[in-house]
Parts: sequence; structure tokens; C-alpha cells
Amino acid sequence: MDLDLPLIWSAIIALGVFMYVLLDGFDLGVGILFPFTRDAGERDVMMNTVAPVWDGNETWLILGGASLLGAFPLAYSTLLPALYLPVMVMLFGLVFRGVAFEFRFKTAGRHLWWDRAFFTGSLVASFAQGALLGAFIQGVAVERVADGGYRYTGGAFDWLTPFSVMTGVGLVCGYALLGATWLVWRTDGALQQRALSAARGLTLAVLAFVAVVSLWTPWANPPIAQRWFAWPNLVLLAPIPLAALAAALVLLRALARGWERMPFLMTMALFLLSYAGLAVSLWPFAVPRVMTIWDAASPPESQMFLLAGVAVLLPVILAYTFYSYRVFRGKVRAGAGYH
Amino acid sequence: MDALLLSRLQFAFTIGFHILFPTLTIGLGLFLVVLEGLWLKRRDPGIYRMLRFWTRVFALAFGVGVVSGLVLSYQLGTNWGRFTAVTGNVLGPLISYEVVTAFFLEAGFLGIMLFGWNRVPPKIHYLSTILVAVGTLISTFWILSANSWMHTPAGFAMDGERMVVTDWMAVVFNPSFPYRLAHMVVATLVATAFLVAGVGAWCVLRDRHRDFGRRSLSFALGMAAVAAPLQVLVGDLHGLNTLEHQPAKVAAMEGHWNAHDGPAPFILFALPDQAAGRNRAEIAIPYAGSLILTHSLSGAVPTLAAVAPQDRPPVAVVFWAFRLMVGLGLWFVVLAGIGLYARRRYALTQWRWYLRLLAGTAPLGFVAVLAGWVVTEAGRQPWLVYGHLRTADGVSLVPAESVAVTFGLFILAYGVLLAAFLAFFLRMVARGPGDADDPPHFQNKAKAAVVEEG
Repeated sequence: MDLDLPLIWSAIIALGVFMYVLLDGFDLGVGILFPFTRDAGERDVMMNTVAPVWDGNETWLILGGASLLGAFPLAYSTLLPALYLPVMVMLFGLVFRGVAFEFRFKTAGRHLWWDRAFFTGSLVASFAQGALLGAFIQGVAVERVADGGYRYTGGAFDWLTPFSVMTGVGLVCGYALLGATWLVWRTDGALQQRALSAARGLTLAVLAFVAVVSLWTPWANPPIAQRWFAWPNLVLLAPIPLAALAAALVLLRALARGWERMPFLMTMALFLLSYAGLAVSLWPFAVPRVMTIWDAASPPESQMFLLAGVAVLLPVILAYTFYSYRVFRGKVRAGAGYH
Repeated sequence: MDALLLSRLQFAFTIGFHILFPTLTIGLGLFLVVLEGLWLKRRDPGIYRMLRFWTRVFALAFGVGVVSGLVLSYQLGTNWGRFTAVTGNVLGPLISYEVVTAFFLEAGFLGIMLFGWNRVPPKIHYLSTILVAVGTLISTFWILSANSWMHTPAGFAMDGERMVVTDWMAVVFNPSFPYRLAHMVVATLVATAFLVAGVGAWCVLRDRHRDFGRRSLSFALGMAAVAAPLQVLVGDLHGLNTLEHQPAKVAAMEGHWNAHDGPAPFILFALPDQAAGRNRAEIAIPYAGSLILTHSLSGAVPTLAAVAPQDRPPVAVVFWAFRLMVGLGLWFVVLAGIGLYARRRYALTQWRWYLRLLAGTAPLGFVAVLAGWVVTEAGRQPWLVYGHLRTADGVSLVPAESVAVTFGLFILAYGVLLAAFLAFFLRMVARGPGDADDPPHFQNKAKAAVVEEG
């Protein structure tokens, strides 16, 4: 039996990136929502809903980067220099918000600076990730060089376009929505009410961004338009936007009725469907319109060596991640013991 | 400055910063496993207080280690794109294995280890502590395998400009890997032991948290008594391995430019002059060079003369970093030896001069780790993959300005982080273990008393 290893690996990386977006998405969103309350106690609760799990959430980002390097080294070594500044900006954001988890609780009563670091870091990292997505969709200017690799030919700020700014702001809203619906689920009282009302506004904003990206991408890229609107794809792919619309309606209804768990589930569904839509648009490129996943793949020996481990370990990882979430289930309330 | 030099400085800076924190978490992780085991067995409140205190330090270091490690995993691509293009087939899977075998394990159980005391049974909690410590060791395994492969590459072939793997076992267990791994793991134990001992000594000297201080001191010196001499042995073995595979590095460590007539001396101090290809102002011990390197009085030692000038590592850097590392290593052995003697005389908390030395030594294990890292990495120059890929051929083609700006930001950001880390750490030490660090049944009793009074 011949395995299409690059196909399997793109599925694994797609899963890893999606897990990252969902999981670190809600804890970044909690950081973005920090300014919505000035109450130190409420901020403690917000932070405590994610403190035991954020580190595991962020590991999915390292998995994404490392698997890209391991399975598609050519894509990794082409994309990262081209996206140098937004990647670095994202890393700086993640550094400051990451240390804030520990540092903040060590400054009894004087949280101000680490609160700011947590909020600003979350905001900056989220925006940079959205901008990276936009820049990735738009493609990077590279040329082939003698050794078979690619050389970035653009400038340091090529990634910064109206489109990437929009995807950046869009992802900030998306993560904030994930964060707000997470808080609706995991907190109660005044904080939960505040999260509910924030979620309503954010839902509308996210829907607007999803709509704009969905129209802008095919409009700017005829091949993508061709893929979505040509017959019979139009019918085959229609379930994606229709299901997204349905999820949005259920989300709004759940928020209006004050349901606790449904908003988070529906927001995740919205992310999943948007992600599926992107996958349809970008398939089968590892670097849009430069190299496909088969061009970028490392030799079968490398992909197989890694796959053997990942096939065994990924289910184990998912199992203990699930266990860890179960240990910390339930409403988080003020004064819930920090270590 | 060009992008190459800036990228080298930036990488050296960011990895030098990062390496401090895994050093602490690997060593402390093992430390906590022993402590929690003792607590479960003996139910001694003093051990529990120590456990909780050092767990907080672990958490602080872990947080900084995670985020600075995340930076490194992406810097390989941003700053060293051509390096990853050439070596990605080999190193990519090793790093991916680190993520799936170690990072997830650490992250998955760290939450339970830090916040799960009242949510899981004691045995599950202990299992979490063990898994976190095991995770840090697995992580060390993979990252040192990848690093060692860059020093002693094996198990690959060139396919055009790219490397492809012919034998994974040879890649992972490359010739210098076992020695480098052992040297690093023991280094984390030594560095952690002297940090903990230093904190304990400080507490005893200041007469604060005396019980906690005495116990930390005693426990850590026990660890140091094993680890510090062991490190001399492991370091010697690693040195012999380097002699076999990277003679130019050893020649730079020893400061031998030209062949000696007869037995080689050990050069204690010198001012290596790279341009002139010789040492200025040498102080040397006859025969000792041959003795240390070849374990005989007459063996020949490697020289830099055998290496073309453009293939030589920066000798002065390697030479001095090596002396700093070895000097500190010997100092640790002396201190650990005094500790053993003091323990026999029941004077561990009595000799104030010794406690002062220990308090002053607290950060030096980390200095030794950094010095050792400089020896091994600067000694590899001018190669990224020894003998196969030059550092200059691995750098990304990014504008020097981008690297310069981000480098400046790294210095600023990491400066703030290190200052904050140290401030928090020192404050934690000054406060010592608090009421919250009393064993659970103590706390419940205290609460019960409050309820009764109210």
C-alpha cells in the first residue's frame, strides 16, 4: 500500500493549527477582554479559567511550526524569512503574555504592568497571527535559486496590506469572541453577564469579517473564485457557508437566551467552518501559488520516521489534554486557589 | 553589521537567555520528584513546605522557559532559513519529536502539578510531578540529539544541496550525543543544587525561615556531593570524545597553536592572538596537557596549525570560556567536599564563612552552563554542521535592518524579563514559605479554628 505521506502530513498540520487556533484562541481572547473590566478580582477569575491549560494550548503552535519544519522543510524555510517581522511581532506578544501568567500573581496588589503586558501581548499576538494568515493567503514573492530552494524577493513590510490588516483585526475579534463565550461558560455572576454582552457585539463583528474575507479572497484571486463558483463545486461546497450561517444564528439565539455552553460550542463551529473554507481556497498549496504540499515535502524516510511517532502519540496527547481539562472543569470563582 | 553577524548575535543572545531556564527546570523537576516522594512517605510538614516553595520557583522558571523556547523554534526559520532548508529533513523530525513526546507531556501535567493539589488524589498529583520531570528530560534528550548531530553529524547523505537521512539511529545516537546529554543533565543538577544550597545558606545566615533554610541546604548539598564530582568525570569523557571528533575545538580549548616537541604542557593562562596564530604571555604546566588529553605523559595533542586559518574557531573565546567553566566546576567540587566534611562534624549550619561562600555561589552554576555552552558552540565555528555547512551559508536572506531591530527588541524585552524574574525570585526567597505552604490538613485545622471562633 502506498501512503500519500504529504497528504497525511498536511492533515496532521491542519489539525495541529486548528487545535491551536481553538485553544490558544480562547485564552488569547481572555487576554484581549481584560480591559472590559477594571476589577482586579474579576481579572483574577478570568486568568484562573485559563491558567492551568494555557501552556498546553500554546504547545499546539510549536507543534505546527515543528511539523512544518519536519514534514515540509522547504515551505518552512521559504515562508519564515518572508514573514520575518510579523512572526517576530507575534513571538514578542506571546512572550509577554506568557510570562504574565506567573509574574502577575507574584505582584500582590500591583498588577497594573503585568495586566497591561497580558492584554497588550494577547492583542499583538492575535493581530500578528491574523496578519500572517492574510499575508499567507495573498502569497509571498519568492524566486527559485540555484540549489532548488527559494529566495524571498520582497521587502520587510510586504506582508502589511489592507487585506492582512483586516484579517488581523478579524482574528482579534474572533479570538475575543472565543474568549467571551468561554467566560460565559466558565464563570458566573457579573463577569458572566459582561462576557455575554461582549459576545453579542463580537459575534456581529466576526460575521462581518468572515463575510468580507469570503468575498474578497475569491474576488482578488480568480483561481479561488473558479474553485468555489464553478459547477458542480458550487453545490458541493455550499454546505460550508450555509452551515456557518446556521451556526451564527444558533450562536445569537444562545446568547440572547443566556445559554451557558452553547455559545462556546457554536463559536468553535464557526471557526471550524471558516477554517474549512480557507482550506478549500488554498488547497493544495503549502506556499500559495509557489509550491504544493508535494513540492514542499521532505523525503518519505523523514515523513515516515515522524509519522510513526505521531500516529501513536497524538491520541495519547489528546487523551491527557482532555483529562487535564476535566480536572479543572466547573465554574471558576473568586479566590479559587492559585498555587 | 551584516545580517549574518546580527543573526549570530541574536541567536546567541536568545538561546543564552533561554538555556538558563530549562537548566533550572530540569534540575528542579528532579528535585521536586524526590521531595514529593519523601513527603508522601514521611508526611513531614517541613518537606511539604520546601516542596511547595520550590514548585513556585519551578513555575516561574517554566513560564519564562516556555516562551523563550517558542521564540527559538521559530528563529530557526526566520533567521536560519537556508540552514533549515539544507538540514530540515534531518533536524525537523527530531524537533517535532521533542514537541510530541515532551512539550505536550510537560504542559498537560504542569497544570495539575501547580493547581491540582485539591482536585486530584495525592498519587495522581505525584504522577503529574513525575511526568513533568520526565518531560523535561525527554526534551533534553531530543534537543541535545539535534545539537550533537550538528557537532558530529552522522547517518545522512547529500541529495543535491539537501541532506537526506540514511540511518535514523545513527542520526539520533550520533557519536557525541551520549556524552553531551550526560554532561548537560548533570550540569542542571549541579547548577540547581548550588542555587538551592545558596538560598538555604542565605536563610540560615539571616536567621529567616531557619527550618526551611537548613533543610534546603542539607538536601542540596547532598545532591551536590554526588553531582559535582560526577560532572568532572563526565566532562573528561566528553572532552575525550570531542578530541576524537572535533580536534580543532580541543586545540582552541587548550590554546595549542603549534606542535610541541615532545610532551605537551597544559596552558593555564594565555592571551591567544588569532591573527598572529600564537599565544602571548603563556603560563603552562609541563606534561599536563598530554596527561589530561591522552591520559599519558607523552601523547601528542591536536594543534590549530593543522587547521586552515579560515576553518579555526575563535580561539580566545573558546579558550577563556573553557577556563571559566572548568574553574567553576572545580570550585563546586571543593564546596561539595567541604559540605560533606561539615556534615560529618554536624557543622553544616555553623560555619558562617562557608555559608557565605555558598550564598555567593548560588548563581555560578548558571554561569558555568553558559560558559560551557560558549565553549561547545563557539568551538564549532565556522561550521553550523561540522565539516558540512558553514555558518555563513545557513543564514536567511533577510534585511540586516529587520534583524537589527528585532535584536534590539530582544535585548530590551529579555532584559525586562530577566530583571522581573530575578526580582520575583529574590522576593520569594525573602518571604520564604508562607502559611499557604502548610500541609493541607494543617490548613484545614486553621480554617476549622477560625470557624469555631467565629
